[in-house]
Amino acid sequence: MSKKGKIVAGFMAPHPPHLVYAENPPQNEPKAVCGWETLRWAYEGLREEIKQIEFDSFIVLSPHWRTFIGTHILAVPKVRGLSVDPIFPNLFRYHYDMKVDVELAEALHEAGRRHEVPTKLMRNPDFRVDYGTIVTGHLVNPSWDKPIVSLSCNCVSSSYNPDILEKGMYKLGIATREAIEKSGKKVILLASLSLSHQHFTTEGSLPEDMSLEHVSSHGYYMWDMKMLTLMKKGPCKEWLKLIPQFNKEAIAETNSGGLNWMMAAMNYPEYPAKIHGYGNVIGTGNAVVSWIPQEAPTI
Amino acid sequence: MNIGSEKIINRAYLLPGMPQPLLTPEAHPGYGKLRKAYEKVREEILASDADVILIYSEMWTSVIGHQIQAMPEPSLVYVDEEFHDLGTIPYQFKIDVSLAEAYNSEAQKRGLHSRTVAYEGFPMDTGTVVALKLINPDNRIPAVILSSNIYSDSAETALLAQAGLAALEKQGKKAIAIIISNLSKNMHHQFIDPKEDHIYSSMDDARNRELLKLLEEGRLDQFIHQDHYNLKPFWWMEALMRNQGLAFSGETIEYAPVSGCGCAVVSMSQTAIGKRTPVESLNLEKKQAVTLNVQELY
Repeated sequence: MSKKGKIVAGFMAPHPPHLVYAENPPQNEPKAVCGWETLRWAYEGLREEIKQIEFDSFIVLSPHWRTFIGTHILAVPKVRGLSVDPIFPNLFRYHYDMKVDVELAEALHEAGRRHEVPTKLMRNPDFRVDYGTIVTGHLVNPSWDKPIVSLSCNCVSSSYNPDILEKGMYKLGIATREAIEKSGKKVILLASLSLSHQHFTTEGSLPEDMSLEHVSSHGYYMWDMKMLTLMKKGPCKEWLKLIPQFNKEAIAETNSGGLNWMMAAMNYPEYPAKIHGYGNVIGTGNAVVSWIPQEAPTI
Repeated sequence: MNIGSEKIINRAYLLPGMPQPLLTPEAHPGYGKLRKAYEKVREEILASDADVILIYSEMWTSVIGHQIQAMPEPSLVYVDEEFHDLGTIPYQFKIDVSLAEAYNSEAQKRGLHSRTVAYEGFPMDTGTVVALKLINPDNRIPAVILSSNIYSDSAETALLAQAGLAALEKQGKKAIAIIISNLSKNMHHQFIDPKEDHIYSSMDDARNRELLKLLEEGRLDQFIHQDHYNLKPFWWMEALMRNQGLAFSGETIEYAPVSGCGCAVVSMSQTAIGKRTPVESLNLEKKQAVTLNVQELY
């Protein structure tokens, strides 16, 4: 009998391209002198944590692959190209080359069909992977030695009302868990998103001038801290129920449904999350957070 | 503003932003009709004396101010993020870099936060790619392409239009203005056979027709359902015309559904071109009213 797969961890892993820019990896063309160290150190902590976990693949839900008809699933064995951020092309021009777990993608598509979640496999080899997937993928695993599956963000859910979003992400989460269990694989889930998301609308001449960096408003900071405090405390349903109000009042990127999806897939963990760090990027609030079940296999 | 006694921009077009008319025109009669409408636009542009095609696309969103494409020959192998299964669109376009830079300079003089972008691999939006492939396939006329800043209001968008006119006048150029926008943007929630495509709801259809009628009559200020539409491209176009002292009127060349969205090709000019075709006279199938039951979405 084949082994049952499992979700071995879930991470909130934000994708500001500034973090890759400041790290100066060889894949990224622009170079920085410094920047956003506290968040980058948070990611270093996350990467140390990942080293202790035995796993096969990542699945990431990215708000920057936007689809209106269902959830689309990256399903091309290898994708490579140049990703240029349309908002910050001066910071992020990244040469990517990644493997995709097509078997897992297809399993997810099948599970979606069973749960009446409209899904579509993305098989066009010329498709350009979105920068949200790439930034999160790099920051979590810069060696790219594990395959990834990218899921699109279904915008219809958030266009209507929070109940539609929650219902849609619940079904997608259940389908995700089922697909993983049937695959026999150990998988890490990535919710690629920021918290409060009111950008600055101008940029200084030196993007990495940290004297210009701060949260957009005190109110947004209060909201970010409220959510993180509840995550640290434990039961995820306590902060999940605040997401509709958080989305509205803090322009939060949780409106992508990434956390709703991840928590549903992980069967609404009751244990506390670990906050690796929080920081601001062009006014937005970002946190690197992990949920690791106690029974997750370790190396 | 004019060059001699001629206007700088005396013609504008509304084009939709979906890939189906380019990639699968045979999949639905409406896609084929839209394709033919693009071809009519192409013929009119070829017959004009425009030096440049000026494009404002609502599908190219920017957050940090306004962005203007300034790569001399941007090229890419493009795949739409929603309709990736319809195929790949390789493109190479020609940009009027001098005008792009002049536009940027005029925008900054007017206090706008603006920059040019000239990076290999910079993503262009589907609407711009489809438009230029169909209306200017030989790159006979260079283009200048503007982003749609998500925070700009009508006043700022009008300033952006003024900046464009100033740049054109200084360079002694004439332009055709293109705005890229789907009218209603509600899409079907499930994958459908393209043959079954229709406007998402009767409410969307009614509002689209109202907007088209107002465009035909040049009375955009009367359009009241603003919450349901992105009016930025129309503000920009109206400001281009108004700042030249022009009243405009339009001709709806075609109106059809694409994946539920209301897509129209409209020609707008200082005077009506040829025979006006009121939208009511277009032989369009009207589907039965759809009652939207949000519980049925999932």
